[in-house]
Amino acid sequence: MKIIVCLKQVPKNDSILRINDAGSWIQDRDLTYEINESDAYALEAALQLKEKHGGEVIALSLGPARVQSVIKEALARGADRGLHLEDTAFDQLDAFGAAATIAAAAEGDGFDLLLTGLQSDDHGYAQTGVIAAELLGLPHATIVMDLQTEDGGIKVKRELEAGFFQWVTMPVPAVFTIQSGINTLRYATLKGIMAAKKKEIKKLDAAALGLDAATLAPKQQIKRVYFPQKSKQTQMIEGTAAAAAATLVEKLKNEARVF
Amino acid sequence: MLNLQPNPIYYSSEHEQFRKTVREFVAREITPFINEWDEAETFPRALYRQSAEIGIIGIGYPEEYGGTPADGFYSIIVADELSRAGSGGLIASLLSHSIAAPPILAAGSAELKARVLPAILSGEKIAALAITEPSGGSDVASLKTTAIRDGQCYIVNGEKTFITSGLRADYFTVAVRTNPADKGAGGVSLLLVERDTPGFTRTPLKKMGWWCSDTAHLHFDNCRVSIANLIGEENQGFQTIMLNFNSERLGLAAQAYGLAKVCFEDALAWARERKTFGAPLVERQVIRHKLVDMAMKLEATRATLEDLTSRVENNIGAPNLLVAQTSMLKNFATQTMQFCADQALQILGGMGYIRESRVERIYREVKVLMIGGGAEEIMKDLAAKQMKL
Repeated sequence: MKIIVCLKQVPKNDSILRINDAGSWIQDRDLTYEINESDAYALEAALQLKEKHGGEVIALSLGPARVQSVIKEALARGADRGLHLEDTAFDQLDAFGAAATIAAAAEGDGFDLLLTGLQSDDHGYAQTGVIAAELLGLPHATIVMDLQTEDGGIKVKRELEAGFFQWVTMPVPAVFTIQSGINTLRYATLKGIMAAKKKEIKKLDAAALGLDAATLAPKQQIKRVYFPQKSKQTQMIEGTAAAAAATLVEKLKNEARVF
Repeated sequence: MLNLQPNPIYYSSEHEQFRKTVREFVAREITPFINEWDEAETFPRALYRQSAEIGIIGIGYPEEYGGTPADGFYSIIVADELSRAGSGGLIASLLSHSIAAPPILAAGSAELKARVLPAILSGEKIAALAITEPSGGSDVASLKTTAIRDGQCYIVNGEKTFITSGLRADYFTVAVRTNPADKGAGGVSLLLVERDTPGFTRTPLKKMGWWCSDTAHLHFDNCRVSIANLIGEENQGFQTIMLNFNSERLGLAAQAYGLAKVCFEDALAWARERKTFGAPLVERQVIRHKLVDMAMKLEATRATLEDLTSRVENNIGAPNLLVAQTSMLKNFATQTMQFCADQALQILGGMGYIRESRVERIYREVKVLMIGGGAEEIMKDLAAKQMKL
């Protein structure tokens, strides 16, 4: 089974975030990065499938030179080779542009499964995997918690709302977005890190992927990024204890709406 | 903001990736349990195997024995990151092979290496080094434990003390006198003694710090040890022991730096959080000066540690000067740790005196690093001698 896993590099979740001068995104100075959490679980799911059924795991990441550290980490954990999609034309992609780029690279390489995380920890759109599947004309499933091979196809467990789950069987190739916490992440061992130095990371730009400016043009735009407005209002309730309690209950019901 | 980062000129992306691995490992497998382990005066034996799996135990050893060839900066990373759990005792026991196995690798026979190293480097077996005796430690040439040849065996008699991993170890690299006629360095050999050898017994020792590390007194009563367990040539052990001391001392310096940094980080975090008389402690000049003094010593220690590691890796400088620099660094780093532990505890106040605080534990671990692996005074004498002052 040939599996491509999409890994997005996102700011570490303990980063001190500041908004950039243009007010359009977070300032990337002083940030440290890591693999997007649900993408890491997607990688682990792919590695476990490979261990069970054989095949190849390819780590794909889209972004500037720094995202190579994400690919190298995946190679150290056991992925066989890497695809690095890098071009200045990719700098301002929205979810559609990222999905189109990934779809072009995945189609060019060929695959049985294309895995992404459920959503990214920075933008949080949860769209990239789904749009890529649509662009590729392939079946897909989201919020996947388990993957099992079955009669040449694949059976996946999806998380629904209110504690319900759904099992879906579909043919391959297919695209899945993976939920966090579904497996135990392995460490990148020292042996794995050393072995990764010899593994291939292929770089592909917009021209190599046959992507033109119209395809990559953003279809959505971030107008402004700002910190949530914090407001704190204190009201003093006066009167006897019984009257104050009644007023408090009324306010909690009708103003705060906590019950 | 000062964040006490390593100097990037010494570290590749592979180093940084390994740092991330060890940091995650410590956060997941050690930190949540370290207080419990320290109070229980032990830690699970499984931690050796887990550490071996990610590569901590086999750093720098040949692949044929299960190791991973890697430079000295990987060892610095391990000391630095393991220190985040705030327990030097755990580091001492978990890495006791790092002083016991190098003599086997450097001087042991092919048969001995193939027999014991894979089990040690996989974390299946624990190795300990036994040099110090009740009559002396650093004065190795005067050791009294004897190993007298009798056919295909040596008969070992004597005592060793303050031995890290002394209770749990499976293999002991023991310094013995194989030539009783030679009372000096010329009569010393190294012998591998296995834990189940008849006549070999161990007694636990209670300590000021390093609680989760097992430390023992060893007794050898007519132990018969095969000559196949001789490490290197007979009566040629002294030089191997001396060379081993250098890497041990560099490792101790790295550990002292890592633990001192923990003291700084905890003191800074507390000084920012704790308010007195309407302002955080960190805004008080007296506290700020303490923090700056700590940072200054830490930065100097880190720079010296990285510089010396680079010199050792690249054979820069005469061997005697590298020995002198290692001795001075061991003193400098442990003095930094002593200073930072003291200042941090003062800043933390009552919180620093409460068990479960990393600073409280590190404060109790200062003296063992200033004494173990060569006391401060011995280090100064050695440095003076090597520099031909």
